[in-house]
Amino acid sequence: MYKYDEIDQQLVDERVAQYRDQTRRFLAGELSEEEFRPLRLQNGLYIQRHAPMLRIAVPYGMLSSKQLHKLADIAARYDRSYGHFSTRQNMQLNWPKLEQIPDILAELATVEMHAIQTSGNCIRNITTDQFAGIAPDEVVDPRAMAEVIRQWSTFHPEFALLPRKFKIAVSGTKQDRAVVQMHDIGMEFYLDGANKVAIKVWVGGGLGRTPILGSVINEHLEWQHALTYCEAIVRVYNLHGRRDNSYKARIKILVKALGIDEFRKQVDAEWLHLKDTPNTITEAELARVAQHFAAMPYDNLPVNNASFEAEVANNVAFAAWVKRCVHAHKQTGYRAVTLSLKPHGKAPGDASSEQMHIVADLAAQYSFGELRVSHEQNLILADVQLGDLFAVWQQARAHGLATPNIGLLTDIICCPGGDFCSLANAKSIPIAQAIQMQFDHLDYLHDIGELELNISGCMNACGHHHVGHIGILGVDKDGSEWYQVSIGGKQGNDASLSSVIGPSFAAEEMPGVVQRLIDVYIDQRTPEELFIDTVRRLGVAPFKAHVYAAKEIEASHV
Amino acid sequence: MSNLIYQNAITTDDWTLVELPKVEKVVRMQAGKVVLFHLTGENTISAAQIADTVIPPNGLVLLPMSVYIARKASLENRVAKQEVGIWLATHERLESLIEVEPDLNRFPLVAVFVERFADGRIFSLGNLLRTRYGYNNTLRAFGDVLRDQLYFLKRSGFDSYLIRADRNAQEALTSLNDFTRPYQGAVDEKLPVWRRVSRK
Repeated sequence: MYKYDEIDQQLVDERVAQYRDQTRRFLAGELSEEEFRPLRLQNGLYIQRHAPMLRIAVPYGMLSSKQLHKLADIAARYDRSYGHFSTRQNMQLNWPKLEQIPDILAELATVEMHAIQTSGNCIRNITTDQFAGIAPDEVVDPRAMAEVIRQWSTFHPEFALLPRKFKIAVSGTKQDRAVVQMHDIGMEFYLDGANKVAIKVWVGGGLGRTPILGSVINEHLEWQHALTYCEAIVRVYNLHGRRDNSYKARIKILVKALGIDEFRKQVDAEWLHLKDTPNTITEAELARVAQHFAAMPYDNLPVNNASFEAEVANNVAFAAWVKRCVHAHKQTGYRAVTLSLKPHGKAPGDASSEQMHIVADLAAQYSFGELRVSHEQNLILADVQLGDLFAVWQQARAHGLATPNIGLLTDIICCPGGDFCSLANAKSIPIAQAIQMQFDHLDYLHDIGELELNISGCMNACGHHHVGHIGILGVDKDGSEWYQVSIGGKQGNDASLSSVIGPSFAAEEMPGVVQRLIDVYIDQRTPEELFIDTVRRLGVAPFKAHVYAAKEIEASHV
Repeated sequence: MSNLIYQNAITTDDWTLVELPKVEKVVRMQAGKVVLFHLTGENTISAAQIADTVIPPNGLVLLPMSVYIARKASLENRVAKQEVGIWLATHERLESLIEVEPDLNRFPLVAVFVERFADGRIFSLGNLLRTRYGYNNTLRAFGDVLRDQLYFLKRSGFDSYLIRADRNAQEALTSLNDFTRPYQGAVDEKLPVWRRVSRK
């Protein structure tokens, strides 16, 4: 993974000093609350319901063992010994003290980490596929470009105060796992007809209160121009995006109002001036960054491993875990492993300091000292030998990290919700926990098959509810918490936004509602059909009918 | 004491800021389907305001862009004497100035007024003035100008900053140098770091 040189290190060190002084001035009353707000937000610090929340950047989801040990130590020392991994592949601390943030940042800087631009109206953390560099279907490893874009966007002077937040995702696989179509800019790297790396660029995607999938603005952009082209897009947005209403301020609203053709015209007009300016990426710079992402020093292994196969045959629990949590790898004899942060009944995406230390040790022992955070809020060991999988499983299981539910109904994507977030209309974690307990039977869970259930506590959609096969949105009705259910959303190349099935439900109804959706699916599915396929084939109507029929029967018994 | 920074020092302000006469607020709300977003909700300037703007007869005058555009002919002498500077607000279209005055270097001073510090359009305007329209003289930020934006303003081509009156300009000076070696090329340092130094 990328290692800092003295230039990177100096920048984060200077950031610590700058933010320490900003905090001092705020506490001394030299900065008003309003003036401090964008400063602390651009450093990932929110003022939450109970305490501040600090969001720490994990660039494109990559961490070293050393960094994860440090995060575990920081969580123990400055917080309540746990952290929350977010859908932006970052880590959040829910209980730090405002006056201690500069000290936390100083600690992070010692392991080449920071909280720069993890919030605020600026370009946020660049996200990508958690299997980048190792996925068998990968065409281009997008991580070097992600790092180049990260550096370019860090303290970009022209884009320091945009109308609203700005998110960029990159991917380099046939099967999109970085949800590029729901980002402000999405970039898919591919090899063009001349076998050169090119980029398909989407713009104006996003969730939030106006969910829109991105539009293609450029089918073929040569990689050298990635930064100057982004500058053209962001400049048009910076100058013309709305600033009078924060709900209308994302680039998607501008793109929609102008239409993609007019927007493209304006971007092209800007780009005429920006193309080939010094921010054009050179072969040498890309190569310099790319060497940090060179293939690991893999052993030459056979395709099969006898002890692994014997354990799979003899141990049902291990076999179930392998089926759900172990993934294909482009290197023969290696696999990627997802360590589930979704044990049933716990807050999705949370990891204790102890668990973080365990994962860091597992990564050091079995996976070249590196790991990744997925946008589904799990941790990934990317390079594990087949013969080590059983040992990894045993240790992971002993620490609650081996729930075999990856890609299944209980692998719920969930925002912190009303328990922590001051934006939320409703709690989301207890809903996730109740649903997980409803489907706690593993055989049944596996029989239901792949299903993505996403929960957001408000329409800001941090839990990506619009692209869940089942999406749950917390809403506020007359001061009490209700939940709106939608189905048919999907991420990936054939992404779609979900449709609301009808009036919202009370919290205690939610496990039953999901159960009835599943009942319709089990009843109606064809062999090999996933939940989402059945929804797409049948539409919302039969699901809606069954869910609300049950509700009426209950009501008539009251 | 002056709150004006020029380059890296406090200096006195020799310019007289000329403002449009205040009128009752005319707010243009969202108009039509294809909205000019930068006009949404912002004040429009009336012909009467422009006509009623009082320009001091002598000395260095910093004029609203709209006034200069409308009354250009009567200002030619003073422009020739280097007595006219131009200011615009962040929502105004720079292009409307360029249309009537392609050579911005006839003005010793161009200034951008930022009403709220969080309005980052000022950075793009600075960049455009320097890189697109070839403006080489003093470029000033005024209005809600605070020290934590100075580094970005400097990198966007500004070299003059009128710090908000209730803040200490001397203390603000240090923030011009918050970071030593920026990553990306911008207006002040045109080359990205990888074109400036050899990185391993």
